[in-house]
Amino acid sequence: MPVTASVTNPAIELDGIVKMYGRTAALDGLNLRVGHGELVGLLGPNGAGKTTAIKLLLGLAQPTAGSGTALGAPLGDRATRGRIGYLPELFRFQPWLRAREVLRLHTELARMPSARRDSAIDDALAHVGLVDRADDPVSGFSKGMQQRLGLGVALLGDPDLILLDEPTSALDPIGRTDVRAIVRAARDRGATVILNSHLLTEVEQVCDRIVILHQGRMVASGSMDDVVAVGGVRLRVTELDDGASEALARFGPVAVDGEWLTIRPLDRSRIPDVVDAIVGAGGRVHAVEPGRGSLEARFLELVVGLPSAPPPQEQPPVAHEPWS
Amino acid sequence: MVVIARLTVRELVRRRVVWVLAALSIVSVTLVGWGLERLVALAREDGVDELQIRIGVSQVLILIAFMFSFVLAMTAAFIGAPAVGGDLESGIALAILARPIRRAEVLLGRWLGCSVVVVAYTVLSGLLAIAAALLVSGYGPPEPFLAVAFLSGQALVLLSLTLALGSVLPSIAAGAIAVVGFGLGWMAGVMAGISTALGIELLGRVAEVSRWLLPSDGLWRGVIYGLEPPLVLLLAAGEAPDLANANPFYAAAPPPPAFVIWSVVWVGVVLGVAAWWFERRDL
Repeated sequence: MPVTASVTNPAIELDGIVKMYGRTAALDGLNLRVGHGELVGLLGPNGAGKTTAIKLLLGLAQPTAGSGTALGAPLGDRATRGRIGYLPELFRFQPWLRAREVLRLHTELARMPSARRDSAIDDALAHVGLVDRADDPVSGFSKGMQQRLGLGVALLGDPDLILLDEPTSALDPIGRTDVRAIVRAARDRGATVILNSHLLTEVEQVCDRIVILHQGRMVASGSMDDVVAVGGVRLRVTELDDGASEALARFGPVAVDGEWLTIRPLDRSRIPDVVDAIVGAGGRVHAVEPGRGSLEARFLELVVGLPSAPPPQEQPPVAHEPWS
Repeated sequence: MVVIARLTVRELVRRRVVWVLAALSIVSVTLVGWGLERLVALAREDGVDELQIRIGVSQVLILIAFMFSFVLAMTAAFIGAPAVGGDLESGIALAILARPIRRAEVLLGRWLGCSVVVVAYTVLSGLLAIAAALLVSGYGPPEPFLAVAFLSGQALVLLSLTLALGSVLPSIAAGAIAVVGFGLGWMAGVMAGISTALGIELLGRVAEVSRWLLPSDGLWRGVIYGLEPPLVLLLAAGEAPDLANANPFYAAAPPPPAFVIWSVVWVGVVLGVAAWWFERRDL
């Protein structure tokens, strides 16, 4: 069942948003709340409604039904758009302008005070690694460089809300690493970031929260652990009597492998009770690993109905430390 | 709006449109001057009366203006159709329209920038051609500035139509509609004149209404009036005025002030409707 984040004073709030294109529902009752300073990954297969949701936030398209706010203002509010940075999925910039001129144009369109413009442009160029190409025409840029420029446009003037629609689709691995650092830096300075992507690993590595859309609806939302949780727990325990493990059977089937105990299935909320029971029985708990599948497996399960992840004991240890 | 207008002019300069138009102006003015000089020289060699030469030059100038008005219509279509529509199709517009700017400002800014270039081209090319004619033949039309002003107005009408259509239709369709509309408008003017001369009342009314629906042909009559020597007007008025009016290259009077005002209102209405539609369009 989808979990909607409980957020007071959200940066983004969408209530029952429906968007029809003819008889096709791009969004079908989308509810979404994103808190200030959150870095949220919007995942979904092609046609799930990710780009439509972003366009609605900017007023580039109008909802058929439902309502919402961005930074506290109605969707598409003109003044509020000055506080939003946006990288479109279809990033194209005037090929007859130079990179610096594109950025200057956007400082003017954003109604940025003249005194701030030069430093904002220089900052943006530095952020996206285009300082050396600042005075080159965009027509000579590779697709990846154009995407970097688009990212620079989106970051201009340190916006409060940054909407990135497939920001690494044209980038090489180095560029993708740079983007992750840029996105994290934006989040660290307090910006709210929506990262729209179908690249699961990218979202997995950088986002605080994941929202999965499918057929215009939210089918999952939460932290990475919440979304990929498959139930069960694996514990490394010593000094536990043989008989004690039988007492743990009231939580669920117990499997013992040396110092490792696995109880599966088990509701995550009962993990502290399991630990209490082990400690109460004289055991020493060295490690607790909640059952966790892969994002890809969970995504496929939600989107195409494939079975969920393999059991937790089959996960390599490194899989439990995704936030490196 | 000013930011977008400046951007548009810069685009037309950088994409060499302005330079191409300037080069074409020089080439066409040179050809007009050379052609007229040859015609006048041959006529004088044959002992043609100077008055007839003047009338001949004036009619050639009107024909050249007609061809130039067609070139302007095409220029307006080529510049106006992709001004908004092209940016929408390429995706360039997305990043711009996500900024705190009204879509109407983008539309009007594009119109303003294109208008500056089209009017500059019209004025420069038109006045240079008239000056060349004056230089080689000694004939100058009675109202050169009025003629060029009406020519500019005609170009602006077509530019407004193309740009407005380009904001709601694919640019190719918008350009095609504007060019066809220009042709139909001219044909409506011709039909209105012929039907009046022949007394076909219904056809005359239909043609007259279509002239108001797309005021390009009405403004073209102002161009002719500005280029027509008074002697031709006197001769035509004295013999068969209705038949003279059926001639698409003759105008007994400039368009009435009400028509000129309507043309300005028409541009405003077309841009206003396009802006209203564009504001509501999903991108």
